[in-house]
Amino acid sequence: MMQHLPILQVLLPLLGAPLAALLRGRDMAWGLALLLTGAAFLISIILFSQQQMTGETLVYDLGGWPAPIGIVYVIDAASALVLPVISGIAFVATIAARRLVEAEIDARDHALFYAAWLLTIAGMLGQVTTGDAFNIFVFLEISSLSAYALVAMGAGRDRRALPAAFNYLILGTVGATFYVIGLGLLYMLTGTLNLMDLSERLADVQSTRAAFTALAFIALGLFLKMALFPLHFWLVPAYAHAPSAVSALMAATATKVSVYVLIRLVFGVFGIDFPGLADAVGLLVLTLGIAGAFVGTLAAILETDLKKLFAQSSIAQLGYMAIGIGAMSATGLAAAFIHLFNHALMKAALFLAIGAIAAQVGRASMGTIQGAGRQIPLTMTAILVGGLALIGVPLTAGFISKLYLVRALLEQDFWLLAALTFISSALHWPMFGKSLKRLG
Amino acid sequence: MSNLIAHWNYFLVIALMMIGFYAVIARGNMVKKMVGLTIFQTSVFMLYISMGKVANGTAPILTGDATTLYANPLPHVLILTAIVVGVATTAVGYALIIRVYESYGTIEDDELIKIIEAEENAEASNA
Repeated sequence: MMQHLPILQVLLPLLGAPLAALLRGRDMAWGLALLLTGAAFLISIILFSQQQMTGETLVYDLGGWPAPIGIVYVIDAASALVLPVISGIAFVATIAARRLVEAEIDARDHALFYAAWLLTIAGMLGQVTTGDAFNIFVFLEISSLSAYALVAMGAGRDRRALPAAFNYLILGTVGATFYVIGLGLLYMLTGTLNLMDLSERLADVQSTRAAFTALAFIALGLFLKMALFPLHFWLVPAYAHAPSAVSALMAATATKVSVYVLIRLVFGVFGIDFPGLADAVGLLVLTLGIAGAFVGTLAAILETDLKKLFAQSSIAQLGYMAIGIGAMSATGLAAAFIHLFNHALMKAALFLAIGAIAAQVGRASMGTIQGAGRQIPLTMTAILVGGLALIGVPLTAGFISKLYLVRALLEQDFWLLAALTFISSALHWPMFGKSLKRLG
Repeated sequence: MSNLIAHWNYFLVIALMMIGFYAVIARGNMVKKMVGLTIFQTSVFMLYISMGKVANGTAPILTGDATTLYANPLPHVLILTAIVVGVATTAVGYALIIRVYESYGTIEDDELIKIIEAEENAEASNA
């Protein structure tokens, strides 16, 4: 039983999804989703503690076929850290989903909603665990396809969810297809899809033009999926018009998983010594990251709708993660991981709080939250704390990640970039201060 | 020139890929966008299928003769999965188009943007 845990935490929500679609009756599907996400959370905590105690990489051979012939699931230090974040947020979001879904979605669609909900969670957990490059694509599409359906379910309350979901589908599919093209080139060069095997065999052909083209396709596909500026246009409408529970789950986890996959492929497969990686790709990611941090923050300042405001700020926060990756150093990578972790928690809290506002006072815009601080003090406190963490005020989680980020940049003497990071963080004040003023 | 003839399959794939990608980006009609997306995906299927070809190889079926030269079956199996994913994407995409048409009465991008902008302006003036 214990040795099957790496596959079990993906399998439980995956197999639970068709079951949830069949369940009828009040709260039955929700109960199943709660049970399965809870189980996945528990398993990922066990895996995390196992990995931490032994310090070894757990490898699970699917069907008893060892790598590189079979597909393996790998629990290493990085995936062991990301798994509890995703399954934990999925669990908390499922708890909150009961009231939010009841308020926002037609009762006859509840079973299907939770089926798609479980599928998207299974897809994300699978992407993090798997050690096979093509398997990543399959899980990417499982999570994305169900995410398109989930976003479109916001149409009952806000019909703009439909075109938003369609644009998300088009860009998401283009991103995934780019990833597959890159993967095809890698397979032609190396004849393997196993990530560890790939990185070993790629060393022999790393100076070929095909290998660099593969890197470009894979990176571009994942930039689209992680909504890196300027490929972020699908994100804001999709998050703003989706049901509140879906916004919370996706804003906290979906883009983070793509960031994780990018880190895993760029550093784990291509490796830091890959020709053109540190200078060309690193510089590109760094530039786009800092541009995204500014564009996202400035766009957020202009928003009056709270969901859109925080969706725009996601663009900025993903920019910070990109800066960490683009620094191409151990500290930068640590900063990206810390920010991935922290931002997932902040955005889950903020979007769930927005869902709570929507349930109590209707749409969460600057007008409707006027004076809401007295009516719903607890919810507004959650927004306050989340917002402060987003800015990176000392004593919040956001401060730690910004600190690491600036340190990583200064380590490589990127003084200007460190200053720009600081300025863009400071710009979060007017963005958030505007909503704070309305609370009193 | 010999390079072009030797790798004709890749040039075909790239041409198809760009036709599909152009349609996705340049067309405002949602159905045409989906058609472009399908062509784009199909070109990638062909890229994979053609890379599995081995010169003078037969179908990868066990014959008992260990010296038989056969095509690489792995890309074919991968693309079987990718086709399933592609069909699912197409189904979700067209389902969304139907819902958009029921709700807005149009599937043209520019008309949709006008309707949505008008709605958002009305909302902003109410707030």
